[in-house]
Amino acid sequence: MKSGILAAAAAAVVFGAVTGAQAGPTLDAVKGRGFVQCGVNAGLPGFGNPDSSGNWTGLDVDYCRAVAVALFNDPNKVKFTPLSAQQRFPAIQSGEVDLLSRNTTVTLTRDTSVGLNFAPVTYYDGQGFMVNKKLGVKSAKELNGATVCVQAGTTTELNLADYFRTNNMSYNPVVIESNDEVNAAYFAGRCDVLTTDASGLAGTRAGVAPVPDDHIILPEIISKEPLAPAVRHGDDQWFDVVKWTVYATIQAEEMGITSKNVDEFVNSKNPEIQRILGTSPGMGKALGLDEKWAYNVIKTMGNYGEIFERNVGMKTPLKLERGLNALWTNGGLQYAMPIR
Amino acid sequence: MASKTRDTARPSAPGGVSFSLSDPTVRAVFYQILVVGIVIAVGWFLIHNTLDNLSKRSIATGFGFLEREASFGIGESLIDYHPRDSYGRAFLVGVLNTLKVSIIGVVLATVLGTLIGVARLSSNWLIAKLASTYVEIVRNIPPLLQLFFWYALVSESMPPVRQALNPIPGVFLSQRGLFVPVPSADPVWGMMAFALAIAVIAVVFLRRWAKARQERTGQPFPIGSASLGLLVGLPLIAYIAGGAPTALDVPKLQGFNFVGGVVLTPEFFAILVGLVVYTAAFIAEVVRSGILAVNWGQTEAARALGIDSGKTLRLVVLPQALRVIVPPLTSQYLNLTKNSSLALAIGYPDLVSIANTTLNQTGQAIEGVAMIMGTYLVISLGISIFMNWYNKRIALVER
Repeated sequence: MKSGILAAAAAAVVFGAVTGAQAGPTLDAVKGRGFVQCGVNAGLPGFGNPDSSGNWTGLDVDYCRAVAVALFNDPNKVKFTPLSAQQRFPAIQSGEVDLLSRNTTVTLTRDTSVGLNFAPVTYYDGQGFMVNKKLGVKSAKELNGATVCVQAGTTTELNLADYFRTNNMSYNPVVIESNDEVNAAYFAGRCDVLTTDASGLAGTRAGVAPVPDDHIILPEIISKEPLAPAVRHGDDQWFDVVKWTVYATIQAEEMGITSKNVDEFVNSKNPEIQRILGTSPGMGKALGLDEKWAYNVIKTMGNYGEIFERNVGMKTPLKLERGLNALWTNGGLQYAMPIR
Repeated sequence: MASKTRDTARPSAPGGVSFSLSDPTVRAVFYQILVVGIVIAVGWFLIHNTLDNLSKRSIATGFGFLEREASFGIGESLIDYHPRDSYGRAFLVGVLNTLKVSIIGVVLATVLGTLIGVARLSSNWLIAKLASTYVEIVRNIPPLLQLFFWYALVSESMPPVRQALNPIPGVFLSQRGLFVPVPSADPVWGMMAFALAIAVIAVVFLRRWAKARQERTGQPFPIGSASLGLLVGLPLIAYIAGGAPTALDVPKLQGFNFVGGVVLTPEFFAILVGLVVYTAAFIAEVVRSGILAVNWGQTEAARALGIDSGKTLRLVVLPQALRVIVPPLTSQYLNLTKNSSLALAIGYPDLVSIANTTLNQTGQAIEGVAMIMGTYLVISLGISIFMNWYNKRIALVER
C-alpha cells in the first residue's frame, strides 16, 4: 500500500516539471498559492497530531503555522499533509509539500543526497529505550538478546543496530511501518523494548500506554537526534524565510518578548528589538516579507519557550524538561543568530 | 501486426487525405510506427525529465549504494546477515523472505482452496454452506485488515515469553513465536538429502516403466505405494547407515528469549496465514467453477464403465477441469505473491520492507522502487511461465 504511495511520489518527481514544481522558486509558488503546504507527522503527540476536533497541534505543526504567519499573517494558511517516515522525503523532493516539519533528524546524507536544506533545530532530541518495569531492566546495557520494536524508515533503525554492535550485544528487530502498529505490538508484549526518540517515548507513554507507570524510559540516550524543519534544494530565499522564522522565535525568548507582552516592546528604544519587530525597517525587505513578519509570528504563535511549553512542556501529558532545548543563556543549546 | 487485407478498389473519400494513406496496409503500418514513436518519445521524455529534476535538486542517482554497508538489523533471514553487510545483501534477504512466504503460501492456499472448492459442491448441506460462508466472508474483507487481525490475534492471545506454553517437551509457544527443536548439525543430513534426490529420480523412471508396461500388458502397477516406499525408505537407510544421530538442538529460555531450535515468528505466521486464508477463498471459487465446467455426463459415463469414484475424479473429471482451472489459478498465485508486500504493515521483513528501509536511509527512492518493481516482475513472470508451460502440458490433445 505504502509502496504505492512511494511510487506515486517517485512519479511526482518524474512529472515534477509538468506539475509546475519547477515553476520558479518555491517562495513565489507559495505566495502565489496563498498557503504553505506542510508535511507533518500523522500522529505523534506533542509534535504533529490532530486533536479531537481535527485541528493539527504540536511543536512541528506550530512551526508550519509560524512560517504561514511570517508570509501571510494567518496561522491557518497552511495545508497539512500527514506523512509516514517512509513518505516524507519523496513528498518534499517532488514538491508535494514545501516544508517538511516532521520530527526529522538532520543527517549528512539527508542534507546531500536526499537533497534537503535544514532550518535551525527546533528540538534537540536523542534516541532512548522504553521497557516494561516487570523486566527489571535498569540500563540499556542489559538488553542483550532483547526483541526490539522499531518504526520503519527512520534513523532509529540505524542507531539501534550501531548501539548493539558497539556493545557486542545481539537483538531481534521487529520493524513495522505505522507508528500505531509499532506501539500496539510493544504494548501487547510482542517486544521487550520500544525504541524511538526520547520525546516520542514520552509522548507514547503519556498518550498510548494502558498504564503509563508500568513503563520506564532507560537512562541511556544512544544518539543525537537534532530535529529540524527542512526544505528542498533549489530555493535559497524560501530556505531563508523558514530559517529566520525559527530564529525569530528563539531571539524573542532571549529578549523576553512573548505573545502577551510583544506590544509593549514595539516602542522600545533598543535597536535590536526595533529591527526584529520591524519598527526600524530592513529585515522584512531582505527576506522578501512584510516588515512586521517577526512581530506577527511572536504575537500569533509566541516565542520558542511558549511554543515548547504549550506542546511538550511540563504542563502537557509529555512532561518534557527543557534540558538541551533551554536557551544558551540557561545552559541549553538554543541560540539564535543575530537578526541584523 | 499488419493485417493482410486486400486492397478493395474503394473510391477514396472526397477530399481524401493522401493517396498512400487510403491504402489499408500502408495505413496500418503508418499508425503502428506512429504509436511506437509516441511511446518511445514519452518514455525518453520521462526519463530525461526525471534525471534532469534529480540533478537540479542534487539528489544522487544510480545503484552504487548497493555496495555500501546497510548497518540496520533484520528480524529473520534465510541466509547469514549482519548489519555489517551491504544494502545489496540486505535486499537479497528480503527477496528470499518474500519467496519463502510466497512459495509456502501458494502450496498451502492451493490445498486449502481445493478442499473448500470441493466442499462447496458437497451434497452434504452443512459442509456446502460452511464453505460458501467462508468464501463470502473472507473474499469481501480487505487483506490488510485480515493481516492486522491475525497479527493481533497472535500477539494478544499468546502468553508472554516467560510463561510460554510447553505442550510437548522442547516445544515452546509464546508471543515470541513457536520454538521447535531441530536435530543438531550432523553429516548424516547431507547423506539423507542425497538419498532423497536419488529416490526422486528413481520414482520418475519407475513411473515411466509402469506406464509402458501397462500399455503393453494391461497390468496396472501399484505405483503409489512403491514411490512412497522409495521416497521414505532410501533416506531412512542413509540415516541408519550414518549412525542414526538423535542429538537435538532444544530451545532454552535465556535472558529475554529462547535460544536454539528453529522459530516460527508471529510476523511470518500472520502474513502466511493471512495470505493463505485470503487467497484460498478465491482459489476455491476457481476450483468450483472448473469442476462445474465438466459435464455431468462425463461422470455418469465413467460410472457406467465401472470406474470407481476416486479414479473418476482423477482420470476423467480433473483433467478436463484443470483446463478451466489453471489460467485463473495463475493469477491467484500472482495475487498472493504481490499481496505479500503488505508484510511491512505487520513487521515481516519482506523485500518491500527492506527496500523501503534502504531507500529511507539512502534517499534513493526511484532506484528502490525500481528494484521492488523489477523483482516482482521477475517473480510474476516466473510463475506465469511455469503455469503456462503446465497449462500446455495438460491441454487436451486433439486427435
